[in-house]
Amino acid sequence: MTALETVPVVDPAHAGGVLSLVWLVIALPALGAAVLLLGGRHTDRWGHYLGTALPIGSFVISLVMFFGLAGRDSGDRQVAQHLYTWFQTGHLNVGFDLLYDPLSALFLLLITGVGSLIHVYSIGYMAHDPRRRRFFAYLNLFVAAMLMLVLSENYVGLFLGWEGVGLASYLLIGFWQHKPSAAAAAKKAFVLNRVGDMGMGLAIFLAFVTFGSTSFTVISHAAAGGSQTTMNWLGVLLLIGACGKSAQVPLQAWLLDAMEGPTPVSALIHAATMVTAGVYLVTRSNFVFEHAPAARTVVVVVATVTLLWGAILGCAKDDIKKALAGSTMSQIGYMMLGAGLGVAGYAFAIFHLLTHGFFKANMFLGAGSVMHGMDDDVNMRHYGALDKALPVTFATFAMGYLAIIGFPGFSGFWSKDKIIEVALTERPIVGICALLGAGVTGFYMTRLMLMTFFTKRRWEPDVHPHESPAVMTGPLVVLAALSVLGGLLLLGNWIVDWLSPVVGTAPHDDPPLPGPVISLIAVLVVAVGVFLAWWLVGRRDVPREAPQDVSFVVRAARADLYGDDINDTLVGRPGAALVAGSVAADRGGVDGFFRGLGATVTGVGVGGRYLQTGYVRSYALSILGGAIVLVLTLVAVNL
Amino acid sequence: MQFTQPHLEYAQLAPMLIVFGGACLGILVEALLPRGSRRVPQVVLTLLVLVVALVDTIVVGVHLDKHTDTAGQSARGLVGALGSVVVDGPTVYIWGLLLVFAIGGAALFAERRLEGGVSGFAGQAAALPGTSEEAEASRLGLEHTEVYPLLLFAVGGMLLFPASGDLLTMFVALEVLSLPLYLLCGLARRRRLLSQEAAMKYFLLGAFSSGFFLYGAALVYGYAGSMTFTGINTAVRNGAANHGLLLAGIGLLSVGLLFKVGAVPFQAWTPDVYQGAPTAVTAFMSAGTKVAAFGALLRLFYVGLDGERWSWQPMLWIVAILSMILGAVVAIAQTDVKRMLAYSSVSHTGFLLTGVLGAQSVTELAHGQYNSLVGVLVYLTAYGFSMIGAFALVTLVRDEGGEATSFTKWAGLGKRSPLVAGAFAFFLLSMAGIPLTAGFVGKWAVFTSAMSAGAWPVVVVAIASSIVAVFFYIRYVRLMFFSDAKPGEDGTVTMPSVLTSTTVVVCLAATLLLGVVPGPILNLVVGAGDFIR
Repeated sequence: MTALETVPVVDPAHAGGVLSLVWLVIALPALGAAVLLLGGRHTDRWGHYLGTALPIGSFVISLVMFFGLAGRDSGDRQVAQHLYTWFQTGHLNVGFDLLYDPLSALFLLLITGVGSLIHVYSIGYMAHDPRRRRFFAYLNLFVAAMLMLVLSENYVGLFLGWEGVGLASYLLIGFWQHKPSAAAAAKKAFVLNRVGDMGMGLAIFLAFVTFGSTSFTVISHAAAGGSQTTMNWLGVLLLIGACGKSAQVPLQAWLLDAMEGPTPVSALIHAATMVTAGVYLVTRSNFVFEHAPAARTVVVVVATVTLLWGAILGCAKDDIKKALAGSTMSQIGYMMLGAGLGVAGYAFAIFHLLTHGFFKANMFLGAGSVMHGMDDDVNMRHYGALDKALPVTFATFAMGYLAIIGFPGFSGFWSKDKIIEVALTERPIVGICALLGAGVTGFYMTRLMLMTFFTKRRWEPDVHPHESPAVMTGPLVVLAALSVLGGLLLLGNWIVDWLSPVVGTAPHDDPPLPGPVISLIAVLVVAVGVFLAWWLVGRRDVPREAPQDVSFVVRAARADLYGDDINDTLVGRPGAALVAGSVAADRGGVDGFFRGLGATVTGVGVGGRYLQTGYVRSYALSILGGAIVLVLTLVAVNL
Repeated sequence: MQFTQPHLEYAQLAPMLIVFGGACLGILVEALLPRGSRRVPQVVLTLLVLVVALVDTIVVGVHLDKHTDTAGQSARGLVGALGSVVVDGPTVYIWGLLLVFAIGGAALFAERRLEGGVSGFAGQAAALPGTSEEAEASRLGLEHTEVYPLLLFAVGGMLLFPASGDLLTMFVALEVLSLPLYLLCGLARRRRLLSQEAAMKYFLLGAFSSGFFLYGAALVYGYAGSMTFTGINTAVRNGAANHGLLLAGIGLLSVGLLFKVGAVPFQAWTPDVYQGAPTAVTAFMSAGTKVAAFGALLRLFYVGLDGERWSWQPMLWIVAILSMILGAVVAIAQTDVKRMLAYSSVSHTGFLLTGVLGAQSVTELAHGQYNSLVGVLVYLTAYGFSMIGAFALVTLVRDEGGEATSFTKWAGLGKRSPLVAGAFAFFLLSMAGIPLTAGFVGKWAVFTSAMSAGAWPVVVVAIASSIVAVFFYIRYVRLMFFSDAKPGEDGTVTMPSVLTSTTVVVCLAATLLLGVVPGPILNLVVGAGDFIR
């Protein structure tokens, strides 16, 4: 248990100098959302420019602050800014405090940087949408809420941002509300996220009751004194929250449906930022998880299941966005795994989160560009041989592809490799699963690549693929460059050192095999996956219709591994039965009575009067029954 | 035989006396002025009485002296009127809250623009619906101004209810507040059968549950040999004989109070009465009755039966859990806005009971936590403002048949009247407990205090059902903003007079302020201190 003493505590200094601008990072996009929503149609003409300029402004401030922070000693890199006291009574003090430290600094750059690129891209992508202004308003709202989430110094503020991103995500998934599928997807995301939020809410209350505060500073100081049972419960509850937001098993079912939203939304919210909030939560709560070994084991199990689950889904989907969504789920599984492995893994989890933010946003935007050229068709079976028609999209997408499968030298290689290495060191079985997952990743990404850009053309005759305008390809090029170069963050172990004031320094453990050997094995496993994909997909003709005579594995994967059915059986149907049952029990036909009364309102309702006495009698009976129950309860307690 | 003149603390009892006196004056106005010219004097009198009572309540609150009880605990307050009335910090806070809600209710009562120059109350209550007398009454534009004295009597009863120091006073207060409300419920101008039926149901069931209360009081007296809460508490602590008598008594007393707050399984009247009563009455009643009855409930359980906590807590656990689940789940299936709010009020009762279960004594609380009394009072504040505001907005959305309470009529309201839809959405969000609204602060306060008392299963259910509740609140927001009305099915918003709009604005401001800067109210409630014993 000696390692426990090395858990760093949150102990921020007052934010001074350039760092005192931190509030502005949130305020700018929030202002954008307010202006665009309240301004109404007057802002239609220039709204999207304002909506893009403000996140860029936030990015510039984040960058300046980042260098300001980097210029400090590693011990002084935590600052807090007190915005205002929300409520203060006696000793209780819940305020809006912002915490800016190495962890949030990286998130700020990711959110505002990738966010700004996606805003720029959306100018082109949403050019013909009559509700473009509203779209930008929601995007700005999302960015502000996400920044609130990662900057808050206590769980209440974090929860506010957490709900805010959920709201923005809900609004954006259902943005094309004329499609019933979009409305249904929004609802599903909302419901599953509420389950997660329940865990989150309970975690906050438990933390408050245990420590008398929700501030990271207070809790991290007191965490070592908490009983292990409490800490484990706290960890598990936080994990439930993280599962909802980050689409981890068993709350994963909403993510694939969320692809109904406009593609920039999928790129920003459902790939690069919001879905990684769960990983942020676990990493930020490292002071809880370090004292909760059982909860950490649960995190690892959930992560491992999810990374395989998502990868399997990715193999069977013909919808390009859903295949990418399955891949997102799987990659977040990797991050979660890193975070669940503790001190040794936190930094790599965040590292993979960043590189994934680059290459997945890149590929989602690339997919959007393909759809743009293919008249919004998402079925890869209708693509093929698009490499010539969409050269820029193809080239940038290829960079993302090489990054995600972990081609040596590309960003994903460095980050995923590190997580596998740590997993093999700490929990070998999990490490082998992660290795297997890398192979499957190679398979499904190669399949996607082949079906989209290679193989024979299978377009409808009236489709004429064309490259997207520069406002869309520009961000693609930037993101492609980041996908290639993201690995530089690991140069000289930089990111590990940078994050060590937050997550602590891991004692050095030797992996079971030398690092380069593990890398080599990983590359070989991926190569097998890639080869298999070529063997099964690239070599043959891809049918335009999905074949039906497939093995049960493929059928299961096409049906999202029956995730919906599981939810339905366990929650949906009992829930519906509960509603129906309660209504029936509560009203017992009162509804029918009111309908009858409505009909007789003009006359004197003889039938109504009969019913009336009946109902009062039954109500009175329920009061009598209730009274008996109350007295019996009292007696039972005293037996 | 010697009679000693009883000593009454007129200064401290003045807020109640003012309200009761005002009500009697109102009856004189009814008797002496001709029918046509009663309305303005009545409205002015009612508002004046309520405002004066409110000011006096503040004065009383500021000048409350320290009182040291038999156990040596000291808090601000006094036991007055020969032990039958207790004026302490929580009482004064509840008085203030009730009077503020009553002013809002009176303003809604007086609204005349919505019905085209007459109030929302029946023109001639004695005329049968559908008869020529009724048609005559509406042709003449008659209206009942008796509603104002009735309101004042109800308010007086509500003021006495949480302040009562013994079971008999509590029973009298219960009846004084209930009888005028039964009448008021039956006075709707539109849909009169529904309204009269609601009144009848409320009356019959109310009388039934009062009977339980009275019998419970008798049993507890049989056990303790005293009607005063202090006396009962002493008997409980000393462990008098016939414990069974006490248990049965607690159960029956609870029926009476739980009926008034609308807790499951005594909630059956709530949706019918909320729907049938004139909406202005529903607004006042939903907030006022709940505040007064919870005040009484707290006093009974915390002062009178404190020593018996381990007996009544499991009972309240069950009732709280049932109320939250049933309220939230059944609200999902509603298609009428007033019924939806009624079921939501049932689930709020569950949340409030969660607060009642919370930790009371300082020793149980972690650093900086609120005790359950503070939690419940804050929740009541948040709840009352959002309920009155929401019901006030319900009166504005109308079609040719009066208020349009069916969901289909509210579809697309956000496009037709963004202000009304936005305000309504805000009240719903507060009821759902979204951060930065009053509802969040209230939920936070009751949940943490229940959690401190180890009632975590109730808190788990509470959070689960608030999540279910969010679902139907958000569904309504979606209905208003993201769907379109069917042709001919769209309710329109009628511009109200300054009376209703001021009420809405005040409720809106209170809901927002309590959410964003809850500090002053929290400090006020904490400063009010504890019950005196």
